[in-house]
Amino acid sequence: MRKIFIKELTKISNKRKNIYLMINDLGYNVIEPFKKKFPKRFFNSGVSEQNMMGMAAGLSSEKNHVFVYSIANFPTFRCAEQIRNDIDYHNLPVTIVAVGSGLGYGHLGYTHHALQDYALMRIFPNMLILSPGNNNELVQSLDFIIKNPQPSYLRLDKDENKETKIIKQRIFPGKMIKLINGNSKKIILTTGSVQKIAIKLLNKKYKGYSLFSMPIWGNKTKMNVKNLIKKYQEIITIEDHFYDGGFGSWLQETINNTSIKTKITLH
Amino acid sequence: MNKRYNKIIKNIKTNILKLTYKAKSSHIGSSLSIVEILVAIYFYSKKKMDRFILSKGHASLALYCTLFEKKIISLNTLNSYGTNKTKLMGHVSHKVKGVEFSTGSLGHGLPIAVGKALKFKIKKEKNKVFVVISDGELNEGTTWEALMFAVHHKLDNLNIILDNNRIQSMGYSKEIIDLNPLKRKFFAFGCRVIEVNGHDISKISKALNIKNKNKPKIIIANTIKGRGISFMENNNLWHYKSPNFNELNLALREIKKKYA
Repeated sequence: MRKIFIKELTKISNKRKNIYLMINDLGYNVIEPFKKKFPKRFFNSGVSEQNMMGMAAGLSSEKNHVFVYSIANFPTFRCAEQIRNDIDYHNLPVTIVAVGSGLGYGHLGYTHHALQDYALMRIFPNMLILSPGNNNELVQSLDFIIKNPQPSYLRLDKDENKETKIIKQRIFPGKMIKLINGNSKKIILTTGSVQKIAIKLLNKKYKGYSLFSMPIWGNKTKMNVKNLIKKYQEIITIEDHFYDGGFGSWLQETINNTSIKTKITLH
Repeated sequence: MNKRYNKIIKNIKTNILKLTYKAKSSHIGSSLSIVEILVAIYFYSKKKMDRFILSKGHASLALYCTLFEKKIISLNTLNSYGTNKTKLMGHVSHKVKGVEFSTGSLGHGLPIAVGKALKFKIKKEKNKVFVVISDGELNEGTTWEALMFAVHHKLDNLNIILDNNRIQSMGYSKEIIDLNPLKRKFFAFGCRVIEVNGHDISKISKALNIKNKNKPKIIIANTIKGRGISFMENNNLWHYKSPNFNELNLALREIKKKYA
């Protein structure tokens, strides 16, 4: 998804002059199209994630939308306090882009496994999580965040997805996109790049269930989602993240202390 | 020296003392050490289009009282300090009119200031960015990360003022993490370095207004923690303690005499 993200961002930045891209000395053979086209709106902070995030806050506080592009845990855990104090508290339009969701960089070892990032990012009150499951959702999520700049976390699959056909449809926080039509009461709900795994599981264990994806969610989305999911009898969630603090537990929290009886099972 | 500024300094320091006493809050020493720096910035250097960040957010009272002197916040707002529903937090908050960025965790202010300066530099806008950092803050890696970036990108619109009071939370800096040779460190990083008496407003203003080219400017303002009150000066106890009634009166008398 990395290359499509950069391609789209470069395209959008033609019109939107207040978009900046920052990296922490990575993105070789990926970020070049943006750098080439907008050299004055591209910065490499060097290997300094905390400084990069602070600078992104400063730059965005001057009426700019800043995209910070990095890998796995570097733009999240490494600079968690800058995100909390400088970006989220000031409600600044910084989009943190982390490539290598879940075990995308599995072979690189534990330091590069992004399996706890939702847990961190979803506790920030203003932070919106964008976790597209395919190229189509990526383009739509990007479109949403460009039109609604705010603190946001865009989590990308490392691998390029071959699917190229882009269907125009408006998505928004909490929107459930139907991927496979099936049972109207029992569904599988995914977020992020686990749709292929979900289809396998559907054919094996959950035959006849409908399959949905929710690419945009977050702390503020809980209220809307509660109403959306109450019509389902059973929801199976699938994500590439630990149960603790993940998408499934977020969904369970939305119906805590309510009369909603939807059964939620985590995968 | 600096007689014409005495009234402003007296008013600010008097308010700092009274409010610390009333709220039983801390960081009085850190607030008293930057009063002259803030007066130099707010009264003699900073234009409306410029930006200011107090990176040592714990010296919040110094900024709130300066903003009051500049008539940016009201007496009512100022007097709400220490009450339950106040917006005037113990570490500066952007919810207060005139405060441009919330700080409180050290090492955050300089990267933010660099981000702002970067925007003005690439857009060829004339706005300047002022940021006050503490010497304790030089223990933070982000301060040096930001400095390297600012030098590399030739951010000559960035004015860093170091409140060099030489005392940090647990004692003298030289006994905790010795920062010396400080001046040489900043030179080595590629900054324009100016060292001044941090309580001499005309010297600070002069340093602030020096035109700078292709380099960020750092002003090492040598200050005294708790400046102006004999029993608070250079005494780390006043990083934490608020004055009792007798100490308040004693301090107010000293301020009245010193800045007459």
